[in-house]
Amino acid sequence: MAMVAESIQVEFAKSLLDPACAGPSQLKTWNRSDPAVRLAVYRNNVVSSLIDALADTFPVTEALVGVEFFRAMASVYVRKNPPTSRILAHYGSTFAAFVESFEPASTVPFLSDVARLEFARVFAYHAADVDSISPAVVQTAFDLEVDGARLVFALHPSVTVLESSYASVSLWAAHQTDGEVDLGELVVESPEDALVLRHATDVATISLPPGAAIFIRALRNQTPLGASACAAIARESTFDLTFALSLLFQNGAVTSIELPDRNEK
Amino acid sequence: MIGIGLKAQHCRQVLQERPAIGFFEVHAENYMVDGGPFHHFLSGIREHYPVSLHGVGLSIGGEGPLDEAHLDRLFGLIERYDPIWFSEHLAWSCHGGVFFNDLLPLPYTLETLRRVCEHIDRTQERLKREMLLENPATYVEFATSTISESEFLREVVRRTGCGLLLDVNNVYVSCVNHGRDPRQFINEIPLDKVREIHLAGFAREVDAAGASLLIDNHGSAVDTAVWDLYAAVLDRHGAAPTLIEWDNNVPALSVLLAEAERAARILARHTTCGLAEIVEATA
Repeated sequence: MAMVAESIQVEFAKSLLDPACAGPSQLKTWNRSDPAVRLAVYRNNVVSSLIDALADTFPVTEALVGVEFFRAMASVYVRKNPPTSRILAHYGSTFAAFVESFEPASTVPFLSDVARLEFARVFAYHAADVDSISPAVVQTAFDLEVDGARLVFALHPSVTVLESSYASVSLWAAHQTDGEVDLGELVVESPEDALVLRHATDVATISLPPGAAIFIRALRNQTPLGASACAAIARESTFDLTFALSLLFQNGAVTSIELPDRNEK
Repeated sequence: MIGIGLKAQHCRQVLQERPAIGFFEVHAENYMVDGGPFHHFLSGIREHYPVSLHGVGLSIGGEGPLDEAHLDRLFGLIERYDPIWFSEHLAWSCHGGVFFNDLLPLPYTLETLRRVCEHIDRTQERLKREMLLENPATYVEFATSTISESEFLREVVRRTGCGLLLDVNNVYVSCVNHGRDPRQFINEIPLDKVREIHLAGFAREVDAAGASLLIDNHGSAVDTAVWDLYAAVLDRHGAAPTLIEWDNNVPALSVLLAEAERAARILARHTTCGLAEIVEATA
């Protein structure tokens, strides 16, 4: 009996994602109608509910290519990359990379960066709640440490830094309207970087000036303040450290500052 | 006591307006995230209302062992929100490391009965509480089944001591889909073990022979036939806490509350006989 039941579940599972797979032969219907039509209800539920989950996470990506194209693209992704977790909040973590290599979408080169931005926003939405440090704490840290360059920052768990060769942030922002999307003077080829993080219950998408993305990413990797700033300046000579720091503190992106061990001096 | 499913888009309004409703039910897996608005709003709502925890991913009917990490996460949510009930489905949703995000059917045999009972025993042991098992909405049956669904449920309840979550919409959907009589089904299951009732909407399609095929889509108002069956259940059982589920094409909160009001009017006619059970369930 055990073998029979198990083989049914194996066959059933295979047929859910593979349209070429007929499904278990043991299915029956009370009126002797073709069980394939009824099995199709499950197949459709599985694939369409997962496409819906992706559409919820990537609404601007969907708007940029249209519902029909998006759902066709998403169905390829769903069949190739079904969820491996019972928690769907982070389903689609590899969708942007998939979009980037999805040949039919190659005429929309900025699409994957917009998808990355949208996933970063969902990631920030569900990230852990950690308090940011207050300006007073920041001041104390700088007062205590003569050599501020040695300070190491911990960033909020909701933080993602995005670097794009396209105007991904402006493209995304233009869609945050209930009315007609106006792309007006938008130059798609202008590179844009962004910081995504959560304030209390609201996710923020903040455009970054040149070099700031490299700086924040370095901080995130526990690189001390001075070395992080050097990395940014090496790539972007116009990098403005004061502006980047105030942007981080104003947005509550820093959750703790670690003072270097005195004995290391 | 009437409840509605808590939807993310209604949370702010619920906290601002505090509608008169008995409880809110949430899908456990939506809250298995580290932080953010989901926990923020549920914590706020929990201060004012009882909450019921409804799982959709435990895969109790799965052939493999239960996912212990998932049980740990469920236990964490139970500790955090102290729900009035924890319920799951007589179905499977995972196989071979893939989560299908759907409630899939299983054959009813002595072998699957033993396995489902083992899984419920383990769940109740790990969660340190009685769980409620929900009857499924199904679209196919298995030639290998040797036990009827009502008999299967009765035996699971007898062996494990779990309670039942009677989804009246699922009863109606499954009975229409398999040419059975829904009133006979409710006569065959142990109604005294029903701790909660679910009501929801379905969609109408047809099968390959042109016969009605109802789809449990939680995407519309409760059908007249399901309201009638609900009243029939209450006639036999007495009052039972009841939930309005509406998970797709989610309407305004006021529409959900109007459905809840309709259930409340039907329930009010049965309240006296079921009062003790409500008190017990909410204690």
